[in-house]
Amino acid sequence: MAKLIIDGAEVEVPDHYTLLQACEAAGAEIPRFCFHERLSIAGNCRMCLVQVVGGPPKPVASCAMSVKDLRPGRDGTPPTINTKTEFVKTAREAVMEFLLINHPLDCPICDQGGECDLQDQAMAYGVSGSRFAENKRAVENKYIGPLVKTIMTRCIHCTRCVRFVTEVAGVPDLGSIGRGEDMEITTYLESAMGSELQGNVIDLCPVGALTSRPYAFQARPWELTKTETIDAMDAVGCNIRVDVRGREVMRVMPRLNEAVNEEWISDKSRFIWDGLKTQRLDRPYVRENGRLRAASWGEAFGAITERVKASKPEKMAALAGDLATTEEQYALKDLMHRLGVASVDCRQDGSPLDPSLGRATYLFNPTIAGIDSADAILLVGANPRWDAAVLNARIRKAWVHNRTKVGLVGERVDLTYPYQYIGAGPTSLSDLGSFREVLEKAERPMIVVGAAALSRPDAAAVLAAAATLAKDVGAVAEGWNGFGILHTAAARVGGLDVGCVPAKGGKPTAEILAASAAGELDVLFLLGADEIDTAALKAPFVVYIGSHGDRGAHAADVILPGAAYTEKSGTYVNLEGRPQEAVRAAFAPGEAREDWAILRALSAQLGAQLPYDSLAALNAAMVSAAPWLGEVDEVVPGDPAAIDRLAALGGSMDEAPFVNPLTTFHLTNPIARASKVMAECAKLIEERAAVKVAAE
Amino acid sequence: MAVRRLASEQPASFEFTPENLAWAKGKIADYPEGRQASAVIPILWRAQEQHNGWLPEPAIRVVADMLGMPYIRVLEIATFYTMFQLQPVGTVAHVNVCGTTPCMLRGSEDIIRICKKRIAQHAFELSPDGRFSWEEVECAGACVNAPMVQIGAETYEDLTEDTFNALLDTLASGGTPTPGPQSARKASEPITGATSLTTPLRYAVAAAAEAPADAAPEADVNPSTPAASDQSAARPSGHNRTEVEVTRATGEAPSKAADVAPAPKTDGRLADTPEEAAKQKPAEPSTEALAKPTPPAAPQKVETVAPQETVAPQETAAPQEVETVASEVPDSAAAARADELGTRPAAVAEGDVTADDLQKISGIGPVIRKTLNALGIYTYAQIAAWTPQNKAWVDGYLAFKGRIDREKWVEQAADLAAGGKEEG
Repeated sequence: MAKLIIDGAEVEVPDHYTLLQACEAAGAEIPRFCFHERLSIAGNCRMCLVQVVGGPPKPVASCAMSVKDLRPGRDGTPPTINTKTEFVKTAREAVMEFLLINHPLDCPICDQGGECDLQDQAMAYGVSGSRFAENKRAVENKYIGPLVKTIMTRCIHCTRCVRFVTEVAGVPDLGSIGRGEDMEITTYLESAMGSELQGNVIDLCPVGALTSRPYAFQARPWELTKTETIDAMDAVGCNIRVDVRGREVMRVMPRLNEAVNEEWISDKSRFIWDGLKTQRLDRPYVRENGRLRAASWGEAFGAITERVKASKPEKMAALAGDLATTEEQYALKDLMHRLGVASVDCRQDGSPLDPSLGRATYLFNPTIAGIDSADAILLVGANPRWDAAVLNARIRKAWVHNRTKVGLVGERVDLTYPYQYIGAGPTSLSDLGSFREVLEKAERPMIVVGAAALSRPDAAAVLAAAATLAKDVGAVAEGWNGFGILHTAAARVGGLDVGCVPAKGGKPTAEILAASAAGELDVLFLLGADEIDTAALKAPFVVYIGSHGDRGAHAADVILPGAAYTEKSGTYVNLEGRPQEAVRAAFAPGEAREDWAILRALSAQLGAQLPYDSLAALNAAMVSAAPWLGEVDEVVPGDPAAIDRLAALGGSMDEAPFVNPLTTFHLTNPIARASKVMAECAKLIEERAAVKVAAE
Repeated sequence: MAVRRLASEQPASFEFTPENLAWAKGKIADYPEGRQASAVIPILWRAQEQHNGWLPEPAIRVVADMLGMPYIRVLEIATFYTMFQLQPVGTVAHVNVCGTTPCMLRGSEDIIRICKKRIAQHAFELSPDGRFSWEEVECAGACVNAPMVQIGAETYEDLTEDTFNALLDTLASGGTPTPGPQSARKASEPITGATSLTTPLRYAVAAAAEAPADAAPEADVNPSTPAASDQSAARPSGHNRTEVEVTRATGEAPSKAADVAPAPKTDGRLADTPEEAAKQKPAEPSTEALAKPTPPAAPQKVETVAPQETVAPQETAAPQEVETVASEVPDSAAAARADELGTRPAAVAEGDVTADDLQKISGIGPVIRKTLNALGIYTYAQIAAWTPQNKAWVDGYLAFKGRIDREKWVEQAADLAAGGKEEG
């Protein structure tokens, strides 16, 4: 710890702090543009100038000077820093004047207006006039992809975007060409950026040089209603803020949560919102003579009741989709049990994860923050870059800071960090080669099982083998559980937590689909389940509860319009097992209702009324069934002993190589498939892959 | 500096020649494992050399692939360093004209004017035949020989319009110009010869050893091609230098004097400028210019050098002689004028009095002290006793007029003579 006197008050800060951090710790506000806590220090904007008494006779850039570099006063007093003197004020005014020399005065037409660091700091630290009489510099705009719009004349050369894509995203597409006044930020020959985290440069840009292309000229920040909620695009459970005008979602921004997403979100989370406005189911539909016809809620419920009454519980089933909240899955399971239906499943990917074995068998036990301290990571059938983009950035961070060793069994993919490729199929699990020693020597090894391993017919055996390996290399030890499942669906862990899986004698997803294809099912309820083979759904009477006219709705006989994830409150449990509260940001369109309310209304019609009339009551019922879900925002760890039970299952594995089920990062759910922006991104990736194949 | 962009037309591909590839691999091997990217600048430079002096876009990708760097990183480097040419340059020569202050003061604007006229109107533009191009660069570190241009690895210094035109002619006709100063002098020695280290060398052995190097100055013209002899013909052997001095003394900027001279013909004939100098001479007495203790040999030389006559640099007056004369006898022209301006103060001979350290007077340095000594002034008391007439007379011998009063020599000398403190 180092002692400092900052603005007359003595503070003590850790040695590795920069002056800027020390000043902040002392409560002084330091303006900055280039400095960012999660990026390397550039020291090029000069806005954070402070005065170091007894130090250099000029103002010091506080972001680039370490507390360690300070010398005490001659009489042994701690180093003294001033942040509020006339000297500092003059220096900042001068820096601001220089920054504004070439910055256009186009705030009225700038999308950053109202939330612009430069605007704010010019108000706080600038002067009202300019002494610059020359022409301002003008810079051509660059094309850097369909997501990020550039107005390069506004760029103040802080290089945050360049540092972000290079250091955090690990896809070094952006660079600064030229020099001095003529420095320009661009990609190589203005190609589109290739990172799935590129949207974050919009937040990082302190001015309006990089703005959101889909959001361009859509709204002003002060007209937006901001709701803090949880993202449902993947299982990471990124904390987001949904900005709404009226009932329209205008944009999605990340929120800070060190334990989950730090302050990043993936492009899918950020740019999905145009998909919330298209392909929406805004009224109930009933299929008549092979065609769907708009109907009233009463008609729709009537049609369902008729079919259910005519059927038997064994000939009915229900599947929950990837975007359902935990409450909804609990209500679905509850309703089905009241109807006597055993075939309920939330694992529409067909994974064999079994909550009865114990919670630790399906959680990402090491936790996301735990990745920071892991020293060896084995990925089994996983492509974290697409399955959980923000989590992949966390692994990259571990590699950057700790040189964490990563091994991969499965498809060869670009993970943005180097890894040791071990093999393509499950046989490699028993023969890891030199990586086994790495895992054994590691203090905190991690074994991560991904979607490619979970969606196979022999997934149970692969899971057991991975669990055995985790035990053997010491990944499951006192104080550290390194065995983790890399889920891809936001709903999944919650569904497993509330036991939304087949009861005794019930069928899992694959058997439900087989039975319906064979005509053995009468009624099938789909709660937003679209990622299944809908060709198998011709025979049964399909009730689809969901928000978008996607695969499930096309196969449905009755459509009950539900709410998308921004339009409903509820709990999402992320892959670590962390329950987080999603909050409704907007209302569902037309006659659409929140899904739990639909289930509640339907239950009354079916004569199996669910005993909760409000979401709070439903939540209370759910928490009483699964008490750990009451610990909002906290991870209640699973019992590591469950890993032993999983390992004991054994089984024989197929030799076929792992194949990642996710073929297009941007099109994983109904909302994404309805989004034009996502379609454009997917097309770009496809084209790029085609070029790559042609080049090889 | 301007915005640097890749050329709009690019070759389809780029490949290193086997020799260059081997060289590049050697360069990469110079760096430790994991630091291969450090070789990027030399390899880019070699690519540029191979590709007619400019760096095409495919080469950037080739180099990036060789070093495992993202393309944008190599593009950053190629656009940052101005030595990388991003568009086609002249196949024979890309002329880098230094335009920084010393060169500009010494006439680089004229050089640029010639570039615009003879090569292309704008920098980085190819000449119509595609053989030449030019650009203005920042200081190339040859200020003492300003103005200068750099072509390829060589520099050509002490340029005038004539010598630069001749240089271009030589290049255009396929010749190899002689690098270095295009004037009579050797390297950056004074144009009038050495002013220091002029005494005979104390150690004969060392002198003998150094002699050969000394005897063959770089500027020595040894024409290897007919074109080179053209260039030599244009080389003014030092007299243009004096001409510049003359015009400066008359209050005209040297570049202005050059403007007065008829613009050199495109064939680069050299005769015009010296003629002009000769014409100007009678009108403006050189005494003005040479009031300061300048070697008398110089003005004489101007007179003796016939315009068309080519004097080899080796034939100029021996510097040693000039030096000794200059230090002892203030020149007669100055004396004549000084006599007109005032009256000579009382003089003493060196041995008669104890000489004071005149340099203690602020404003008097070793040169002025020598001049004063030569005028028979050795003591503070003498200076303290100067009348205004005396001051005017002494002023005639000084390069900067009026400094006696401005710097209060008399008052200072009085203080010093009275044993007062030397002025800070």
